[in-house]
Amino acid sequence: MNYTASRLDKCFAALKDENRAGLGIFVTAGDPDAETSLAIMKALPGAGADMIEFGMPFSDPMADGPSVQASSQRSLKAGGSMVKTLAQLRAFREDDKTTPVVLMGYYNPIYIYGVERFLTDAIEAGADGLIVVDLPPEEDEELCLPAVKRNLPFVRLATPTTDDARLPTVLTNTSGFLYYVSIAGVTGTAEVPIDMVTAALARLRKHTDIPIGVGFGIKTKEQAAAVGTVADACIVGSAVVDAIRDSLDGSGKATGKTVGAVTALVSDLAAGVRNARS
Amino acid sequence: MASSTPALNSFRNGPDENGHFGIFGGRYVAETLMPLVLEVEKAYLTAKGDPDFWAEMEYYRKHYIGRPSALYFAPRLTEHFGGGKLYFKRDELNHTGAHKINNVMGQALLAKRMGRTKIIAETGAGQHGVATATACALFGMECEVFMGAEDVKRQKPNVDRMRLLGAKVVPVTSGSSTLKDAMNEALRYWVSKAETHFYIIGTAAGPHPYPAMVRDFQSIIGEEVRWQLEEAEGKLPDVLVACIGGGSNAIGLFHPFLDDESVEIFGVEAAGHGIDSGEHAASLTGGNPGVLHGNRTYLLQDDDGQITEAHSISAGLDYPGIGPEHSWLHESGRVKYVSATDTDALKAFALCSKLEGIIPALEPSHALAYVGTMIGDLAKDKIVVMNLCGRGDKDLDAVIPRLEEMGEL
Repeated sequence: MNYTASRLDKCFAALKDENRAGLGIFVTAGDPDAETSLAIMKALPGAGADMIEFGMPFSDPMADGPSVQASSQRSLKAGGSMVKTLAQLRAFREDDKTTPVVLMGYYNPIYIYGVERFLTDAIEAGADGLIVVDLPPEEDEELCLPAVKRNLPFVRLATPTTDDARLPTVLTNTSGFLYYVSIAGVTGTAEVPIDMVTAALARLRKHTDIPIGVGFGIKTKEQAAAVGTVADACIVGSAVVDAIRDSLDGSGKATGKTVGAVTALVSDLAAGVRNARS
Repeated sequence: MASSTPALNSFRNGPDENGHFGIFGGRYVAETLMPLVLEVEKAYLTAKGDPDFWAEMEYYRKHYIGRPSALYFAPRLTEHFGGGKLYFKRDELNHTGAHKINNVMGQALLAKRMGRTKIIAETGAGQHGVATATACALFGMECEVFMGAEDVKRQKPNVDRMRLLGAKVVPVTSGSSTLKDAMNEALRYWVSKAETHFYIIGTAAGPHPYPAMVRDFQSIIGEEVRWQLEEAEGKLPDVLVACIGGGSNAIGLFHPFLDDESVEIFGVEAAGHGIDSGEHAASLTGGNPGVLHGNRTYLLQDDDGQITEAHSISAGLDYPGIGPEHSWLHESGRVKYVSATDTDALKAFALCSKLEGIIPALEPSHALAYVGTMIGDLAKDKIVVMNLCGRGDKDLDAVIPRLEEMGEL
């Protein structure tokens, strides 16, 4: 089965027409439990998310800070797994045929699930791309090339340590968009350095016409607005999973406030990106 | 200097230029780290071909570590087992009391050549942390050691040694608060300090070039055994035995002998409460291939690819993975991988202390436990060389109550 839906391309084209940056929201599948996570996911587009970075939980997320680590742990503790991640995506797609969903995570759960089986099931469930943090270009044969063969976008990360000499290597086989990691660090631990991001994006755009999303360190409406003046999309994760965490009861269970806590934050961030260029 | 160039059909050619040993190894790290990993590789390849680098290594090996370590015939254990002759490679006599310093010295000298003066390391039992803190004191480098919060409590003497040596010990509370999490946290920290810090990985695992580089620095163990046994017995060993957590002491002993067909080689994993109990640290015996900490290798994991907890009484073997070259040697059949339980290791710990006057670390006690199961069946002229890779003083708090319980003390 090949990928044909092109939701990322359509989304970025629409954003360009509107002359604004998009808002990508990261949540981990099954956080804090399968039912609440699906309810959160379904509420994201209405709250202003233009695309969803959908985390596949992993026990050892080595590029993530404490917030996303805890989010993975909550999901796994509640029975999260690759099978359930894809089931949640399938359930989301029953109602939503347009919002791009990019699966984001680490390679081992995919490798154990089986690369070809994973690609088939992910495309069938309605995924629009993959971000796999621990698969650099040097390991393209594992998953990137098989995904590209099926036209499924493989979104690569570029970082402050990716210099001009290395950029072409990173850009080869990158599709959907390029994810620029705004800080040399793990998720959620530092604030986005706007001036450096502006300079970095100017550098990146000399090498590529592909849309560029910026993530790591965007927590507030103001930061989203600032990044939204230069990026094609702002991606927010740690602040979102922190909102989930803060809404839970003493035993870590979802409450009546959980979905609302996420949508309130997302609406706020969405206002930020929508006003960025006005 | 590393050994001579191996032949084409050799077990000693790996890894390839991308760091693969067959399907194992590789560079599965975040993009932020890739430029640095490539820089380390380039610097290492240059150093490896530079006689000045090896001359400097040789100086510190001789005058600081105390190499060559003795190759010692163990007469009373040999008599006790009643079969082949048992030799110990005495790497517990190295400065800091284990083989870890062999590798640390190499990586610290490399960091120095690269102009890095800030060092990070992960540690489980604390032996690698102590060795790293030691080298950093020697070279005047800043040192931060990541250690699981559980291990910080269990291994207080080593924590104090590191502090005394000027290192900062960073307790890690994420995940299960043990070695695996310490390595995660060290990698996370490195991502944020990639421009300034050098990460001294403690075992023959992690992204390329670490598995190959650590092996090269530890291969001095096997290279010495070759000439020492030639002097003592005029022949090659018949059997080599070493314990395996990540597997750096084992690959150091094995690698120089991989192409000597007559030499049988055994790696001993930690079976904890027994492989069937599910509470063990035997990645090859009880795990399957996966990707963690920058390399593909055998891992303890569930059906969903989530990494599971390892268990061993020996904190140094308590890791859910193994160096990728061992995974490859396992699948190729060149090395046989076996296991020994906590109880087996404790008995060997007591036996070695009583019969040879050597208190071994819990890690090589696993190797000795396996030696005890097979050496009795060997002819009297057969020679077994076991790597006694660490001293046991650090383990007394954990071991003594258990031996009393078992009636061994």
